[in-house]
Amino acid sequence: MSGEPKQAPAEADASDAAATGPTEVETGADAVVRALENAGVEHLFGVQGGAIMPVYDALYSSEMTHVTMAHEQGAAHAADAYGIVSGDPGVCMATSGPGATNLVTGLADSNMDSDPVVALTGQVPTDFVGSDAFQETDTVGVTGPITKANFFSDDPESVGTDVGTAFALAKRGRQGPTLVDLPKDVTKGAASEDPGEPRTPSTYSPPETAAPEAVSEATDVLAAADRPVILAGGGVIKAEACEELREFAVEHEIPVVTTMPAIGTFPEDHELSLEMAGMHGTGYANMAITMTDCMLAVGTRFDDRLTGGVETFAPDAEIIHVDIDAAEISKNVEADYPLLGDAKAVLEQLATAMPRSPEADEWREQCREWKQEYPMDYAAPEDDPVKPQYVVEAFDSATADDTIVTTGVGQHQMWACQYWTYTEPRTWVSSHGLGAMGYGVPSAIGAKLAADDDQEVVCFDGDGSFLMTCQGLSVAVREELDITIVVLNNAAIGMVRQWQDAFFGQRHMASEYPWVPDFDTLAEAFGARGFRIESYDEVESVVAEALEYDGPSVVDAHIDPGENVYPMVPSGGDNGLFALAEDQL
Amino acid sequence: MSRNQNVRRDGLEGPEPEERKRPVGRRNSQGIRVDPEVEVEHEPRRTIISAYVADEPGVLARVSGLFHRRQFNIESLTVGPTQNEGYSRITMVIEEPDPGIEQAKKQLNKLLPVVHVRELDEKPVARELVILKVDGDEPDKVQAITEMYGGETLDAGPRTITVQITGDESKIDDALDAYEQFGIREIARTGQAALARGEAETARVDETHT
Ligand SMILES: Cc1ncc(C[n+]2csc(CCOP(=O)(O)OP(=O)(O)O)c2C)c(N)n1
Repeated sequence: MSGEPKQAPAEADASDAAATGPTEVETGADAVVRALENAGVEHLFGVQGGAIMPVYDALYSSEMTHVTMAHEQGAAHAADAYGIVSGDPGVCMATSGPGATNLVTGLADSNMDSDPVVALTGQVPTDFVGSDAFQETDTVGVTGPITKANFFSDDPESVGTDVGTAFALAKRGRQGPTLVDLPKDVTKGAASEDPGEPRTPSTYSPPETAAPEAVSEATDVLAAADRPVILAGGGVIKAEACEELREFAVEHEIPVVTTMPAIGTFPEDHELSLEMAGMHGTGYANMAITMTDCMLAVGTRFDDRLTGGVETFAPDAEIIHVDIDAAEISKNVEADYPLLGDAKAVLEQLATAMPRSPEADEWREQCREWKQEYPMDYAAPEDDPVKPQYVVEAFDSATADDTIVTTGVGQHQMWACQYWTYTEPRTWVSSHGLGAMGYGVPSAIGAKLAADDDQEVVCFDGDGSFLMTCQGLSVAVREELDITIVVLNNAAIGMVRQWQDAFFGQRHMASEYPWVPDFDTLAEAFGARGFRIESYDEVESVVAEALEYDGPSVVDAHIDPGENVYPMVPSGGDNGLFALAEDQL
Repeated sequence: MSRNQNVRRDGLEGPEPEERKRPVGRRNSQGIRVDPEVEVEHEPRRTIISAYVADEPGVLARVSGLFHRRQFNIESLTVGPTQNEGYSRITMVIEEPDPGIEQAKKQLNKLLPVVHVRELDEKPVARELVILKVDGDEPDKVQAITEMYGGETLDAGPRTITVQITGDESKIDDALDAYEQFGIREIARTGQAALARGEAETARVDETHT
């Protein structure tokens, strides 16, 4: 991987030579760039355009690397993935109007998943605001409901501080996307101050530790439980609390279930791991969260894809809910023991306060039995079209443990959850709460740029999802990113087809593609390497070659178009009654 | 990796739903654990929420947008300046079951410009104002009713009389009923403005926000 363009234009050398230190602040745009530098930003993802041009101009001599994306949606998704993998806010940039509205899907995704992202949008000059000027959109209005905070900057002297505040807010407390709207006259206007380090406003004070009495009550209940379970949510990763969670679970031998964003918090090959619960979670995870009498839930918002119908969610359980956001406590599921605070700090408190391990040997044995009873075993007859699960497993076997997986949205995403064994946090990158098709290719780009140099990135995509953002291949080729995109090609928007089979009398309305491009050929046209899998014999060699290729490659894997995702809890259903096959739905 | 030939063709193996262990408990639709035998639903109640907010452009839009998007049932919303420059008070009357009221407060608190949120207790000092225009055919009777409700005549012409009444909500409702006989042409009614009674603070405001 290299941040340099393939054919560096002559000017690039000049700008590199000029980039010797932090940006001198002479304009609002300089202050914006300086604020990003002060925040330690290394990569930016964006697309140029009229209203944001002053900011780009100020970037010209900065040492930060800007990755020009093919579409602003891709910029937002790349920034989101960058934030997930690095833990620091990913930054995306777009011009006013269509540039800003193209970011919307990505910001909504980051907001749902509490991913740290900062978006910078150009805006028409302040005198024109409200006049329906060319490329004017009320960006702050449009993105208000889908950002943690957003700002309209109206002063060149404070615009840098606004950007710093946005950065600090994206990262602190419950993480999320923030946006600063930058009118062109403000970024062009004279400024002199270095905006300094990013800081959150004085009014913003997320809780740190939980009330000690509450912690000791909660640990008493947990220690006395017969059927305890830990439900790890994405907040555990956000709070860098995986170590604490692992130690607590292992020390007290409490089985661990994760939500989808929390994949990687707890090693899936550990005997206490029951893996992911919810709509397409494992049978054993869903049995455990249904039968538990005490659930320690950390950093989760009890999304409906996890809970199914709340009436039947962990109905016997006293719930201990650790969260940094008070509004998540008892929002969807009532918390008997709310512990408001940072997951890492509260897990440390719990570890200290825990009087003893629960005497729950029978339950531990039960969980082990469920793992035997509901194996994730799929049928893969030799003569059939290749099973998608087999392709996922083949890539998993051929790659190192720290390999990062990103996905589109659909069946392929679920197989990537289910059949890859995750052992490390920040190696699973997906669009969870929003379920945004098109997340795959740009997220692979963002993940690769945030990854360690020797860390591999594999993206599992669906043919439908891939077609939404495959223009990002041009970026991956230009930036020489070594990523492997595996299109689990069923010539259908399979997840929709699966629902039609189950709930709409097999009426395949608008879910089958009578024709899909040859994705391997398409990849070659972009300058990437293309591979194809059509039978089992080809799997091993293609996997090896695609991973071996040093640059972006696309594997067009023609999979069994009839394959569906199981287990499945229908939307609003009872987790304990998960279906193992269609006739159980 | 598994290439097991013997498992079912179109799904996974394992005990069928009806063969599984089942929990005994149940939650209600609000996610609250309940006795399976009795049905408990939280009844909505009316309450006043007061928010002390930084007076930034768009803050009212953010608050009303939040209530709309989260489907909180809001009856009235008023906003006005406070004794501290740069800060406003928003007073909201909402009708929700307890969990909804809690959520509304917490969600409001998450908005950056919102400094403090409090639900006012049972008996706050609360007032609203109505200006109404009635037909001017019976000025004496109109005057009598205005006096009865402690109101004020703001404008009197040959055809219309415009009066103002302030008071708590039920007084204003009663007054409106009383004016009905004259033919009400137009009404402009504010929402409630309220403060906590006595020494109790409506919103905790520390020095950084004064
Ligand atoms: C932007 C967007 N549009 C529509 C949907 C609805 N949707 C969910 S899954 C799915 C099918 C995805 O098809 P594909 O990417 O081919 O993946 P597959 O399910 O076949 O693996 C669709 C259309 C969505 N999640 N996101």
